[in-house]
Amino acid sequence: MLSFIVFFPLLGVAIIALLPRERERDSRWVAAGAAFVVLVASLALFAAFDRDEAGFQFVQSHTWISGDIAHFDVQYLLGVDGLGIAMVVLTALLGLVAVLISWRIELRPKEYFAWLLLLETSLLGVFTSLDLLLFFIFWEIELIPMYFLISVWGTGRKVYSAWKYVFFTFFGSAFMLVGLLVLGSAADTFDIRLLSEMEIRDALVPTQVLFFLLIFGFAIKLPVFPFHTWLPDAHTDAPTAVSVMLAGVLLKMGGYGMLRICLSILPDVARDASVWLAAFGVVNILYGALVTMMQTDLKRLIAYSSISHMGYVLVGISALGQVGLTGAGMQMFTHGLITGLLFVVVGLVYDRAHTRQIGELSGLAHQMPMIAVVMVIAGLASLGLPSMAGFVSEAMVFLGTFGKHGGLTVLAVIGILLTAGYILWMIQRVFLGERSPRWDGLGDATAWWERTALVAMVAVIFLIGIYPAVLADVIETGVQPIVGRLA
Amino acid sequence: MDQLASVDRLGPELILLAFAGIIVLTDLVVQRRWLVVGSSLLAVAGSLIWAGTLVARDMEGSAFNGLLVVDNFSLFFNFLFAGIAAVVILASIDYSERFSRYQAEYYALILVSAAGMMLLASTVDLIAIFVVLELTSISLYVLVAFLKDVRSSEAGLKYLLLGALSAAVTLYGMAILFGLSGSTSLADIGDVVAAANDDTRAALVMATVFLAAGLGFKMAAVPFQMWVPDVYEGAPTPVTAYLSVGSKAAGFAVVMRIFFEALGDHSISGDWSNMFAAIAAISMSLGNLVAISQSNIKRMLGYSSIAQAGYLLVGLAAISAAEGELSLGGSGVIFFLAAYAFTNLGAFVAVIAISNRINSDDIGDYAGMFRRAPLLALCLTLCLVSLTGIPPTAGFVAKVYIFNAAVQSDLVWLVIVGVLNSVVSAYYYLRVVLQMYLEAPPSEERVSAGPSLGLAMAIASGGVLFIGILPFPLLEVSETAARVFGS
Repeated sequence: MLSFIVFFPLLGVAIIALLPRERERDSRWVAAGAAFVVLVASLALFAAFDRDEAGFQFVQSHTWISGDIAHFDVQYLLGVDGLGIAMVVLTALLGLVAVLISWRIELRPKEYFAWLLLLETSLLGVFTSLDLLLFFIFWEIELIPMYFLISVWGTGRKVYSAWKYVFFTFFGSAFMLVGLLVLGSAADTFDIRLLSEMEIRDALVPTQVLFFLLIFGFAIKLPVFPFHTWLPDAHTDAPTAVSVMLAGVLLKMGGYGMLRICLSILPDVARDASVWLAAFGVVNILYGALVTMMQTDLKRLIAYSSISHMGYVLVGISALGQVGLTGAGMQMFTHGLITGLLFVVVGLVYDRAHTRQIGELSGLAHQMPMIAVVMVIAGLASLGLPSMAGFVSEAMVFLGTFGKHGGLTVLAVIGILLTAGYILWMIQRVFLGERSPRWDGLGDATAWWERTALVAMVAVIFLIGIYPAVLADVIETGVQPIVGRLA
Repeated sequence: MDQLASVDRLGPELILLAFAGIIVLTDLVVQRRWLVVGSSLLAVAGSLIWAGTLVARDMEGSAFNGLLVVDNFSLFFNFLFAGIAAVVILASIDYSERFSRYQAEYYALILVSAAGMMLLASTVDLIAIFVVLELTSISLYVLVAFLKDVRSSEAGLKYLLLGALSAAVTLYGMAILFGLSGSTSLADIGDVVAAANDDTRAALVMATVFLAAGLGFKMAAVPFQMWVPDVYEGAPTPVTAYLSVGSKAAGFAVVMRIFFEALGDHSISGDWSNMFAAIAAISMSLGNLVAISQSNIKRMLGYSSIAQAGYLLVGLAAISAAEGELSLGGSGVIFFLAAYAFTNLGAFVAVIAISNRINSDDIGDYAGMFRRAPLLALCLTLCLVSLTGIPPTAGFVAKVYIFNAAVQSDLVWLVIVGVLNSVVSAYYYLRVVLQMYLEAPPSEERVSAGPSLGLAMAIASGGVLFIGILPFPLLEVSETAARVFGS
């Protein structure tokens, strides 16, 4: 079942490749179909997931490279725990949204949708791999589609941004590879399930160094200040759908990797590093929020707000406890939804107004009421209004961390205030205020694909806000073993 | 009876040499290009089949009074060099129209040097090694100068002079070994080395340095890489491809033979392991850094081949550091050579196909190649991605395999140098991809590969993908081949 979910998008790629040139616009239907099937399948999996059982479910395992002949074992090993299944659902949901909001792509649509589907496969692979090398393979594959998607279909300094993205990630993953190999040689296995039960004390390098090698790549991806500089460029210059995937899913690879690999495999070092994680998290929150306030470009504003919000993930992780880790997991999911939605809205505005400069836009609620309402919902969710998804996760993060790093948590809470500031200010400037005659010709979101995407995401945001247990329970079973290791 | 078995074991090489003679002689009477090409492909096929029957008949053993052996190692290289020669011949068919005369000689020389390379992997006596080294080199000198224009002649002369120098240095190293042991047989020398005392140690170290220097020329490792860019640029492109994979693989084969068999003892292996580690680090760094600024794709691939030699040397260095386990890094080198052969041949075949049409090797002229030749550009992209070491390609598995051997040999620093170099290399490999994908084509004229180039391309890129996704058959074979050297 997991293999089906992970590789189904590739079937879409194959069909798209076979489409004749005259019918290249139909590739969007193929992509939507593939993404839809993946979403249905992952929801079915989510429903079938046993919430009372910690540990990995739906495990599939085959020997890929046998240790008898190669000095190391690599398995084709897929499986999900609560954390993994949450990320799979998120990826599948945003994968479909990404296809829908790309409906009007005119430039080389065949290649565009093929890359988008390949991206989805690699992301699903990252969240389901239980073998370190397999995990790394999917992690690396993701670079290629991203590189093309940004550099060909982006805007502005797209080539520069694509390079920057690839180099930052590749640089981080280079260290990660060394870390994985050292870990593998110390433990004699790459099986994450086994590694998460071992005590790794003797490796070729001190375990602290090993921890650093591993977390470095994740820190770049999350991104952690001062390795965040790729993010504003990549987000701003990427096409809307790719920004959605980037903010919604790709950043989560960093947080997911920290939880799955750094914390579960090297819990001793994680305990020592906890205060550093918290400190970096707080810097992320405050620095990100302050820089966000100064942005004049809508997309850049949301990009920087992601840096701030990923800080909450880091702070939640630093708590090393049940509540904090669950909060971090929740935050990853909800931020994926909310920021994904924000990027969708910004993309819709940009499609119509052809500008993203906040100074030029004004009173758009008059011309596009539906978009404005969705923006207000997403914005309020983003600043953590109760009854919406953002509130639950941030509250859990703070609850979990306060007992461990009280002072830093207090600082982190300031981030909430700043978030409220920049979100409300942005909404006021762009959507409220004087009706501007310049934008009178612009229409609202009326196409079915726009509405489907918006409604689906808003619905899930409210669902999680009102009944968080639907997600929290699952994530909790996922973090339980990790907490057990850390205790 | 014994002589007959010896001749039988020499069969794969004899077929090539016999056909080379027949082709040249026939050409005096009937000049038909299809005849020449057909019979050279037939020769390669015959050689492959003969090698196959040697495996099937369990014909491992030594021949001609211990001058050469047939073992898993030499058989592996029989297959590898036959495959390389086949692809090079296929790739030459269209290109060789540029030679006004001597078509038959061209193909005959390819066969002769292929036979020489095979023998390099199987000879176990210093005199014999030197003779086959010259057999390979001299035919390659001629091939490099085959275009007979200014650049090609200059390249040929340069290659000849530096090659002669390196042969002299190699011979000097061999002379020292002979002086110390009184024997030219590698096995005898190995016994003497094992019994070496402090008096002879200095001489032994000198011999290893001279041998590494002389053979470093063949491997194209720093600081014996000076000839690479000019010769690569000037030589006919199929010959460049041949040099970059065949000659390099032969160099590594003979180095492994000599160093593992004669100099594998603990007392000395630590020294040369350190030496190779240093050369590896410098080769990778220098090759990659200089490749960045190249605008001619053949020169770029030349510097890239220096860098790849560096990765291979990591495998050689990883041999002795692990206690007595020679086959660890050795199998890595063997696997890498095969993976690299597919990858680099694929890249060169694409370069040949493109330059046949646009008559340029300038990277700038590759603009828009995805439009003009989608399949060709896709295959070239695949090969460049493999050279970078991004999954799911052969290059990725090869790098992981060799780096893993290095980690297990406690060479973490060298692996870090290696992975950082991969990051650097992404820049110039992917730049070509970007040029093909993003830039507007100067003309819409289609570029297509003929059937022979298409076949060569299919073999190479099929191999790259196959090894990348299902590496275990090749892993098993390289492991068996490396086990020849025991522990």
